[in-house]
Amino acid sequence: MTASETAAAGANGEGAGAPEFLVEARGIVKRFGAFTANDHVDLAIRPGEIHALLGENGAGKSTLVKMLYGSLQPTAGRIFWKGEPVVVTDPAAARHLGIGMVFQHFSLFEALTVTENIALALSNVSDMNALAARIASVSKDYGLPLEPRATVADLSVGERQRIEIVRCLLQEPKLLIMDEPTAVLTPQEADQLFLTLERLASEGCAVLYISHRLEEVKRLCHASTILRHGKVVARVDPKQETAASLARLMVGADVHAIRPKHARVAGPTRLYVDQLDLPANGPFAVALDRVSLEVRAGEILAIAGVAGNGQSELFDALSGERHADRPGAVVIDDTPCGHLGVGARRELGAAFVPEERLGHGAVPAFRLSENVVLTRDTIFADALRRLLGFLDFRRADQTAERVSQAYDVRKSRPDPEARSLSGGNLQKFVVGRELDRKPQVLVVNQPTWGVDAGAAALIRQALVDLAADGAGVLVISQDLDEIFEIADRIAVISRGCLSPGYDAHVMTLEKVGLLMGGAHGGSEHIEGALKLREADGRAY
Amino acid sequence: MRIELEKRPERSATMAWASPLIAVMATVVTGGLIFAAIGKPPLQALWIFFLEPFSSLWSLEELVVKATPLILIGVGLSVAYRANVWNIGAEGQFTFGALMGAIVPIFFNSWQSPLTLVVMLALGILGGMIWAAIPAFLKIKAGANEILVSLMLVYVAQLLLDWLVRGPWRDPKGYNFPKSVGFEDWQTMPVFGGGRLNLGIVLALLAAVALAILMRRTMKGFEVRVLGEAPRAGRFAGFSSDRMTLFVFLLSGGLAGLAGIVEVASTVGQLQPNISPGYGFTAIIVAFLGRLDPIGVVVAALMLAVSYLGGEAAQVALGISDKAARVFQGVLLFWVLACDTLIYYRLRIVRSASAAEEGAA
Repeated sequence: MTASETAAAGANGEGAGAPEFLVEARGIVKRFGAFTANDHVDLAIRPGEIHALLGENGAGKSTLVKMLYGSLQPTAGRIFWKGEPVVVTDPAAARHLGIGMVFQHFSLFEALTVTENIALALSNVSDMNALAARIASVSKDYGLPLEPRATVADLSVGERQRIEIVRCLLQEPKLLIMDEPTAVLTPQEADQLFLTLERLASEGCAVLYISHRLEEVKRLCHASTILRHGKVVARVDPKQETAASLARLMVGADVHAIRPKHARVAGPTRLYVDQLDLPANGPFAVALDRVSLEVRAGEILAIAGVAGNGQSELFDALSGERHADRPGAVVIDDTPCGHLGVGARRELGAAFVPEERLGHGAVPAFRLSENVVLTRDTIFADALRRLLGFLDFRRADQTAERVSQAYDVRKSRPDPEARSLSGGNLQKFVVGRELDRKPQVLVVNQPTWGVDAGAAALIRQALVDLAADGAGVLVISQDLDEIFEIADRIAVISRGCLSPGYDAHVMTLEKVGLLMGGAHGGSEHIEGALKLREADGRAY
Repeated sequence: MRIELEKRPERSATMAWASPLIAVMATVVTGGLIFAAIGKPPLQALWIFFLEPFSSLWSLEELVVKATPLILIGVGLSVAYRANVWNIGAEGQFTFGALMGAIVPIFFNSWQSPLTLVVMLALGILGGMIWAAIPAFLKIKAGANEILVSLMLVYVAQLLLDWLVRGPWRDPKGYNFPKSVGFEDWQTMPVFGGGRLNLGIVLALLAAVALAILMRRTMKGFEVRVLGEAPRAGRFAGFSSDRMTLFVFLLSGGLAGLAGIVEVASTVGQLQPNISPGYGFTAIIVAFLGRLDPIGVVVAALMLAVSYLGGEAAQVALGISDKAARVFQGVLLFWVLACDTLIYYRLRIVRSASAAEEGAA
């Protein structure tokens, strides 16, 4: 800060005495062209407070946080640090003030050790051994066990997150910003993280906590600021609220509870996977090891698991983007198709929704109507045009419009490019595009990843309805709330091995958590300890 | 104060059309500065370089003749680049196509029927495809970089041509000049009128229209665009990148080979060590200036043809090197790529707040 600014702050009387707030944003406005991402947002955080920042996707949380961390500059408004106006020019300036940030998607070098990764992020490291010792002591102090000499590639996602947290702690931050930290953690790992954050808060460090998971916000946070459409709509004490009331404030309307389908009649087998092996196709990829599963007509099988345990490999093998070693490894409606490509499997009545919306499920630079063509080979006006390969873009247009109407895809213009839609709206479109084909088998990976509550409810309802209509639905998800909300049976994937599918009503969070940690995989006595088989004779 | 590039939410349709025009204007201004710097009157030089080619019927015809190979090669490259496959070796495919097509007049010199020309053109296409298939196979089977392989094969093809016309294929009655026998009657492209305007431009325009339809209306064109934009999504749609690599190499190579045989069967009239003033490389600029769109390529090819004619005119009238044409083409490519940034980004001038802290930070 310059001397003149300090003087100005003093003249305003705002710097006088001990400031009540550690950091305060006043009247922050951020515009991107005609779009206002933050509209006169005020945010104030006390020292030692765990402050939740809540809002749907696109409500402006990330924009606000990026301005606090210096990656973006506000169009208008000011930020005060300990009562004095500051301008955070860049992340280095933020770190200098004492602001640390743990990103949702962390950027670590997998081939390097923990210490080397942290050394790269710090500006002046002279002694690697001393740094390793500091890492060991800080991680031990805060209950974040971390081996400084371990190679990142060998670590779980939870452990990788610890690296990022420890990196921040080494800089002795006064404000720690955490963006969706529990999205990638097992319930047990999340519990451990909460202890660490509470300990930090008790030492006077403020935490700005961004999460979609309202239950954990209620449990952890002392205060909250709720954004909707770029504006602050409420400041509440989350402990005084219910998850439903918080959700209402975020969405601005009641979030529909999922309507269960009437009867769960297990019909004929729609999708059958038999002892599927798939080698890892990269140094950090996961190999599938004798994965077997069965999805019947009318049911939803959910596969839980921490990210990076073989979910994307399983999806690729089911969709046909990677072929199995023998036809019989994947069977769709009694047709062995392990050797068939994705187009042939679609012709068998299967549909697929990958995890990555942009660049996998949809082409970012293409319009929605063009993205309709991506997963359909039926966009031809007649047989002759089909033979010549002439596409019928008018029909594609109509399909895109129908999907947008049916699944409430909100868009700024009639046929926008896929990348211009928000994550939730694009996901509704990608899921809707597949449901529009009335598939008999649907495989969907992370159906509501990074999607706001309203859109997530709509998508989950659509999956439940599809199963009720007699399709077999396989949902791969990290979101346990989602899994318990919609699944008939639950299996857990861990290091490329899939547990048997257990009836949803006999599963608990704790059991899923144990399985996530790899408690199955042939270890019979743990299975016995779970007493799942006894509890449920129908376990497959 | 600083200038920032801010990402646009969607690609700007206006800038997609305006950017080549801005690039051409910037090239003209840069050209004027260059002329001034080497002591030539800038306005007069620009007139000679850019406008004189339009001043007579002869030069207009010549413009079309020069544009013909640029269109043929450029439309093929535009499809390859759309698929994110980088065929930089069109010059080599052009040369090898010319070589293959020339087999007919050199070894079956007395054969004269309309079929003669058809066989020559077909061999030209085949030659270009063969030469283009090499980098395609090496990329698919061995993961070799297609940019390097296709580029290096240019020099192999040129040296092969050089050796052939100095050695085995030399005209025995040619007084030891390094050239083949001259092509005659049905071994050359039919001409319109009295000048050098020939059937080649019709083939070029047909190719441009056909590829425009392919790219806009058909599944194959859709496949090209998907695999170019998002290979993962292409795989999800059931398209194969390997097959696409082979397809676009064969397509662009075949068209470059066709351009090669058309060129030696029209303006050149025989095989000789130099059969191209770098059409295969200039066509890369043409493809980008034409927005990687077949119809845009036609317009861009005419613009680049101006630089060839202007270079010749400037050499005569101002006494500057004929390399001036290359300089202008390079400057133009630079500005095209620079201006293309504006399709996805907008310029924003940031003054204000952050200026104060630059000192403090």
